[in-house]
Amino acid sequence: MMVHGAWRRLRADRMAMVSLGVVLAFLLMVALSASGLIVADWEDEVGVNYAPPSFVGGAAVATAPAVAQQALPDNPFDPIAEDMRALRAGGVEMYGVIDPLADDLAQLRAQAGEGGAAAAARRATLPFGGDKWGHDVIKKTIKGSETSIVVGLVAALLAVGLGTLFGALSGYCGGVVDDFFNWFYSIFTAIPSVLMILAVAAVLQQKGVLTIVLILGLTGWTGPYRLIRAEYLKHKAREYVLAADAIGASHWRKMFGHIFPNVSHVALVQMSILVVGFIKAEVILSFLGFGVPVGVVSWGSMLNEAQNELILGRWWQLTAAAVAMALLVTAFSLFTDALRDALDPKVKA
Amino acid sequence: MLAYIVRRLWQMLPTMLGVVVLVFVLFNWVGGDPAYILAGKMANADSIANIRRQLGVDQPYYVQLWIFIKQIVTFDFGLSWATSEPVSNIIATRLGPSLTVLVPLTVLETLIGIALALAVAFVRGSLTDRAVMIACTVGMSVSILVYIIVFQYGLAYKLGLFPVQGWDGLRYAVLPILIGLAVSLAPTLRLFRSFVLDEVGQDYVRTARAKGLSERRVMWVHVLRNAAIPILTYVMSNLPALLIGAFLLERFFGIPGIGREVILAVERSDFPVIKAITVYVAAATMVANLLTDLLYQAVDPRVKLS
Repeated sequence: MMVHGAWRRLRADRMAMVSLGVVLAFLLMVALSASGLIVADWEDEVGVNYAPPSFVGGAAVATAPAVAQQALPDNPFDPIAEDMRALRAGGVEMYGVIDPLADDLAQLRAQAGEGGAAAAARRATLPFGGDKWGHDVIKKTIKGSETSIVVGLVAALLAVGLGTLFGALSGYCGGVVDDFFNWFYSIFTAIPSVLMILAVAAVLQQKGVLTIVLILGLTGWTGPYRLIRAEYLKHKAREYVLAADAIGASHWRKMFGHIFPNVSHVALVQMSILVVGFIKAEVILSFLGFGVPVGVVSWGSMLNEAQNELILGRWWQLTAAAVAMALLVTAFSLFTDALRDALDPKVKA
Repeated sequence: MLAYIVRRLWQMLPTMLGVVVLVFVLFNWVGGDPAYILAGKMANADSIANIRRQLGVDQPYYVQLWIFIKQIVTFDFGLSWATSEPVSNIIATRLGPSLTVLVPLTVLETLIGIALALAVAFVRGSLTDRAVMIACTVGMSVSILVYIIVFQYGLAYKLGLFPVQGWDGLRYAVLPILIGLAVSLAPTLRLFRSFVLDEVGQDYVRTARAKGLSERRVMWVHVLRNAAIPILTYVMSNLPALLIGAFLLERFFGIPGIGREVILAVERSDFPVIKAITVYVAAATMVANLLTDLLYQAVDPRVKLS
């Protein structure tokens, strides 16, 4: 039994089991986070702005806010500097017009003042630091993991689904169908995937998690397609398929009831390869601002904020996002390698 | 030979046509009416109708497709929507900086990759081999963004070893090339190692050892010449993709290359620029594939082109 043998080989590989454990731990975390059982309160501003990690201590606290509060130095070449100064001094003639928003603004400012008073209750340090708004970086990273991993998984599922369907039709039917899908494949592989992804991102104007999933899924089916097609070509002449034909199984049933279980390991390995690739792609897309919308946090959007924070010496958000991603991707890649070895019949001998 | 090239070029036509139609469908149909993007916030019915007439969007789809094909063949995509610079001019001027980073990066990556892969293959199966492979996996799992951010901050901003940003000749290309090398070496090494390991089990290697050749000569001469084919395929087929793939380096370091231009165009919905670059990069990919097949024959006399 192939699956049984593969699982036995996988169990014997200690590194694979450790990797699997890490991946499962991440998936559990995502499930808990998505269902709101943990980190539902990540958006609470629990710390001061850019609160440093607790183990760094309070020394950085005293200096950090001071730097932030400092006004920008005057730019001698600023053409509107004079006007700005006049505006700040309040010496602006209003020509008798009453600002219709003045009351609302005053009210808002008063509320903001209260908020500022409440900020005194905010913590000066957080376990692994805070971001610009004082969110707990650990909670934010967990929430970001949820977005990135869900995007990677769903997009990979879509890509492998499409690739399997096209590959099965192409390999099983042959002839004109095969020619058509091969033509389609050659078009998609002629355009480098990065360019393809960016072109689709340019066309689909709205940002959102669903959009990224569609972009990655619709452009990533070529790898699974090629391998699944080759498998179907090999399997369709096998005796068990001829036997299924003899008992009157329909084409659809032969394709997915009989052949697919025998080639599903290829789909599984492709799936795990694509998850890793798509997580990396989502991070880059979100970093560039073509990915998750404002208000949704992912590893990519965290790195985007972290880029500017690093110059101010605030390394914690960068470290948190980078380490979380590296940990998951390393574990996933090692597990994929082990899975491929375990399922590869060549290694069995 | 010539007959082979002509036939291959002929076979490219349907694929190229497919690419053109795909790009056309994406940008002219899925992308919505460009007049609304161009007219911006000051849109009124008159100016929209005017823009539509200028772009030919009021024509039926087959006429628009024909206009697009004519643009591709004549290298005339009109003006960029964002900057009003001729698109052909944009591509021509951005190619130089891209290649300045790309060519040294590819050459170094390939040479170092081959040397390391052979070195690792010497000690295949040992603890060193396993440790190097795991280090590669870990190295590959860190986002390229982290490498760029950390190296740019550490080496250029903090230590001042390199210029932080900008473009003024080769000096500005050194750090981007080094980072590109650091990022690409791990996957390249893994891949090249597998190519080499595919060969070391072959009979001819055993024969070479049996007749008393040194392990060094077996590896560097016999194995390398046979592993050269998959290596060549990988390097060549990656070239056009790299042109775009270096977009993050170009963006971070402010290098005015093709990749950065694509990012800018996506940000500004500058469709003519993206369309032109996509079509030409696809054409370049296909030509690169043909060149690879021609090079096979130079590398391996057993290969017969048919």
